[in-house]
Amino acid sequence: MSEAEELQKLADKEYEFGFVTDVESDSLPPGLDEDTIREIVRRKGEPDWLLEYRLKAFRHWQTMEDPAWAKVNKNVVNYQDLIYYSAPKPKKQLESLDEVDPELLETFEKLGISLEEQKRLSNVAVDAVFDSVSVATTFSDKLAELGIIFCSFSEAVKEHPELIRKYLGSVVPYTDNFYSALNSAVFSDGSFCYIPKGVACPMELSTYFRINAAGTGQFERTLIVADEGSTVSYLEGCTAPMRDENQLHAAVVELVALEEATIKYSTVQNWYPGDADGVGGIYNFVTKRGLCKGDRSKISWTQVETGSAITWKYPSCILQGDDSIGEFYSVALTNNFQQADTGTKMVHLGKRTKSTIISKGISAGKGQNTYRGLVDIKKGAEDARNFSQCDSMLLGDRCGAHTFPYVEVRNPSAKVEHEATTSKIGEDQIFYCNQRGISTEDAVSMIVNGFCKEVFSELPMEFAVEAQKLLAVSLEGSVG
Amino acid sequence: MSAHENEEKMILDVNNLHASVEGSPILKGLNLSVKPGEVHAIMGPNGSGKSTFANVLAGREDYTVDSGSVSYSGLDLLDLDPEERACEGIFLAFQYPVSIPGISNAYFLRSALNAVRRYREESEVDAVDFLQLVREKMKLVGMDEKLLQRSVNDGFSGGEKKRNEILQMAVLDPKLAILDETDSGLDIDALRIVAEGVNALRGGDRAFIVVTHYQRLLDYIVPDHVHVLSEGQIVRSGDKTLAHELEREGYSWLESGHAREKTQEAS
Repeated sequence: MSEAEELQKLADKEYEFGFVTDVESDSLPPGLDEDTIREIVRRKGEPDWLLEYRLKAFRHWQTMEDPAWAKVNKNVVNYQDLIYYSAPKPKKQLESLDEVDPELLETFEKLGISLEEQKRLSNVAVDAVFDSVSVATTFSDKLAELGIIFCSFSEAVKEHPELIRKYLGSVVPYTDNFYSALNSAVFSDGSFCYIPKGVACPMELSTYFRINAAGTGQFERTLIVADEGSTVSYLEGCTAPMRDENQLHAAVVELVALEEATIKYSTVQNWYPGDADGVGGIYNFVTKRGLCKGDRSKISWTQVETGSAITWKYPSCILQGDDSIGEFYSVALTNNFQQADTGTKMVHLGKRTKSTIISKGISAGKGQNTYRGLVDIKKGAEDARNFSQCDSMLLGDRCGAHTFPYVEVRNPSAKVEHEATTSKIGEDQIFYCNQRGISTEDAVSMIVNGFCKEVFSELPMEFAVEAQKLLAVSLEGSVG
Repeated sequence: MSAHENEEKMILDVNNLHASVEGSPILKGLNLSVKPGEVHAIMGPNGSGKSTFANVLAGREDYTVDSGSVSYSGLDLLDLDPEERACEGIFLAFQYPVSIPGISNAYFLRSALNAVRRYREESEVDAVDFLQLVREKMKLVGMDEKLLQRSVNDGFSGGEKKRNEILQMAVLDPKLAILDETDSGLDIDALRIVAEGVNALRGGDRAFIVVTHYQRLLDYIVPDHVHVLSEGQIVRSGDKTLAHELEREGYSWLESGHAREKTQEAS
């Protein structure tokens, strides 16, 4: 088979997770007004303070405009056409996995996340979010022995209202941006995690997000609080069926690290990217921010973004505590008509705060990939340090890579370094591999993996393997 | 001996090969026959088509074969993809070895070896066996083991890159090795080390085609046959003494129109 034919064959391969699960769902009609929010609150049995919070956010959202500054072309989202709440039936409180709809369990099996298996064998606790609600959380009991809370957001609102009230919106206020306001108004579920003082969480905590129902927006909320001296590593994965419409995913993730706490947050994002002609795909407009509140705290973001029609997000760190550390490691891949405008903000407030940014953008097909980052060193951030490295790789000549690094320094003792490179995957490199017996497909994935090595090495072991495979799948048909 | 009988013994038989790059013809009727175990040197001035020939044999995409045939071990070579040719035992030592940042030399080489072994329906080599094999071969080419963990050719010196090519050759164990200007960019010590590596791999049925502009490489890798390529054809063939003659006379005689005459004299 010629190289062109082989690549065509690969290009024709479909998005592996594009199936739809046949479960009855209980949805609200499309549209958004205060009554929609009241109905969400009623169905979820939420307290008045949360209703008030949601309504304030909604009223604020109505005063805002859909932002347009990102370097992406997007269709206008009609917010009145979206469904804001969709839950698989039956909607009763689940006591154990045995009560979960077998269709749902099968879905997660297909996605490679066997909740049953997880429960018995692996050292990963999983919270699975299907459309708007969390369907199963594993290992909660075992974690509870250590005082660790890991549950769906809805459950946390009921069981731990004092923690939610204290921290909800404390890092990403609803006034922050258009999508965070919308999320604050309508979020339906997500994950909550609290690690008590001095506890090192003994297993990876993981949430798996799945959009299933058509016409729904997914607005989940994640809140992680690491108390003094605690550590936690958290993983997040996402998939969605193939649909011709652009579905909106507007999540908010808030991390709070108190004194000497460490949070490591890893994402492998594989939402449906749309087809080869750019039809359909998820709009992934997410606000993620971590607050290094205490001295010597540390927050590390690692993201591998291969899915979505448009990825638009900036996982950021507010380095408030003295000697706190923020890290951002990112691989963003755009193929076909995918677009990404992603990066980070590192806001240095405390003394001797340090941040590291490593960004790898890969563009293939007609993909457009933008790194946008801000290093903001405030006046009081004595002896702050930042190192940024932004590398772009182009596959083919119809794609684009763009870099917008913003640096603001208000303290003369700061030391900020920035490096950037752009390279093209060479036919030379591919031929070199071919001449040693390695197929073109394997060669491309090897070269790209090499390019992303610094980021992959930050991922937990199993995730790193998954990320490499995902990258190989996403790259299929990208050279030729 | 008839052409047909000849073919039986040939590892490579190139017949009236015409090839072009971006529309301009480079090879214009090249003929060459190589028997197992032989070392052939291809010499010639810049632009005569030496590197084109090496790349056409390896199957590089930018090089278009317009007519002619190449038979390799009884196969129609031109019908095979580059990776199939590699798996069938053709190895090209690159003039400019390519770097692959982030991929260790060891990982790359093991991937290549296992790709070749899968093609031959042999079992894959595990990390332990591989390490043993590669250590042995590294001694052969006098290479520092540290280079195994470094990214492929990334930040290697000229000499390290060329030695790395020879190491790959040693591990992949080809039937026909093509050395494209392996001497370019090497000082005399590096050249000697690389040549010693190649000589260590000589023997048995393995054939070599050594493409070079200068005779000096052939002081170390002594060929059985020397061919002069000019304007896309082999215009003269002889034994190793031809290389010395070229060293003395240079290639200017090619332009004087005696080329054809001399070929006839020689044959």
